[in-house]
Amino acid sequence: MDKAVRETGTQLVKRGLAEMLKGGVIMDVVDAEQARIAEDAGAAAVMALERVPSDIRKDGGVARMSNPEMIEGIKSAVTIPVMAKARIGHFAEAQILQSLEVDYVDESEVLTPADETHHIDKWAFEVPFVCGATNLGEALRRISEGACLIRSKGEAGTGNIVEAVRHIRAITGDIRKITQADSAELFDWAKKLQSPLPLIQEIAETGRLPVPIFCAGGIATPADASLVMQLGAESVFVGSGIFKSEDPTQMAQAIVEATTNFADADKLAKVSRGLGEAMPGLEIENLETRLSDRGW
Amino acid sequence: MKVGVLALQGAFDRHAQELSLAGAAPLEIRGPKHLESVDALIIPGGESTTILKLAESLGVRNLLSDQIQDGLPVLGTCAGMIVLSKEIIDGRDDQNPLGSIDIDVRRNGYGRQLASFEADLQIAGFETPFRGVFIRAPLVERAGKDVEVLASVEGHPVFCRQEKIMTTSFHPELVSDGRIHELFLELAFASS
Repeated sequence: MDKAVRETGTQLVKRGLAEMLKGGVIMDVVDAEQARIAEDAGAAAVMALERVPSDIRKDGGVARMSNPEMIEGIKSAVTIPVMAKARIGHFAEAQILQSLEVDYVDESEVLTPADETHHIDKWAFEVPFVCGATNLGEALRRISEGACLIRSKGEAGTGNIVEAVRHIRAITGDIRKITQADSAELFDWAKKLQSPLPLIQEIAETGRLPVPIFCAGGIATPADASLVMQLGAESVFVGSGIFKSEDPTQMAQAIVEATTNFADADKLAKVSRGLGEAMPGLEIENLETRLSDRGW
Repeated sequence: MKVGVLALQGAFDRHAQELSLAGAAPLEIRGPKHLESVDALIIPGGESTTILKLAESLGVRNLLSDQIQDGLPVLGTCAGMIVLSKEIIDGRDDQNPLGSIDIDVRRNGYGRQLASFEADLQIAGFETPFRGVFIRAPLVERAGKDVEVLASVEGHPVFCRQEKIMTTSFHPELVSDGRIHELFLELAFASS
């Protein structure tokens, strides 16, 4: 009677975990201690990586997948989902991350790309993938490759929200326009966005991406989290913004509460008090490397 | 009928959609003042550590606990089931559930994301199977004698009811099948 045939790795199961992360904060952590601080503060998940983006930016060189011991240390330190990053196109790193049983793989522009033409064929995996996008076409190409969660890229490691705003607005703005298009115009949209027609038609009907859309890259304060949530993000990734701030514990808690109460200015004013200095910010035009240009 | 959906973190918007389809008026609950006006409540899936932590810091926890004790009908799915349980196994040491329903649950008892699965469930009173989606789901290790088990998988309850409290370890809000939400609303209506 209660014997069940279990189907694993389905789209419903993979996209389902992204649904569970909504309204939450996913925090970059580099060791087990930071992972515990993140969980204590109410993070919905952690992203295990060797260096936070601002340090990757500073140190230069090739940034790769984190080592397995470090990922396992973080997995055993917390009860919440653990994500880890693979280089764009580096399916062998993704295979290793799947073998390590991480809960989500981020095919990420923050690491140095391994393939300048191809992203990973994400349909070939049981583990779900999140991918970055700067516009709707990029988001739909990633979904057609099997991504189950999209995050706007922003410009990681800068503490500057301007690129995240540009990307989330580009994505939600085009979605709004597509819902107003007639059926003949949808063919042109598919051509213009270099994206599969069925996905464009689905957006025209539902008015939303087929997978959840989160925001990443440059979030440094509770107000930043509120801004992107009000612009249509369903959760936020915070990288350097927490552990490069003066008081990571306070900042982490404040960003968690701000994400839940993103539209309540009184609550936001309250949680923004007494946080110390946010991470130092960088001007986009002075950057040597634009991480968001990676990915195609 | 106003049905609150605890909107601190997690899949609250999907529950709100299902409630609208079932003819109820959903209301997102983010603070104690929202809670005062609802006739029933859903605690969604998400991360139970995050939800319990925010319930505490946003001042929702005590009122929520009192109202459930006073008979507020509640449906808890996945993390919502953990929040309503008596005891959490394999959770964080500082994670205190509300203790509203007499079940003990093991967090991520079915395994990590790679072990997440879907399966057809036979549910008491349903003519056809219900598609259960289990995501890093809690495993019910013990259900007290006052708990009615409406469905189980391999010997473990996955759908429980005790008076006006219902819990599932799976996600009825992710499949386009409103039967569990309708069942919950019937239970809530019958009580009001």
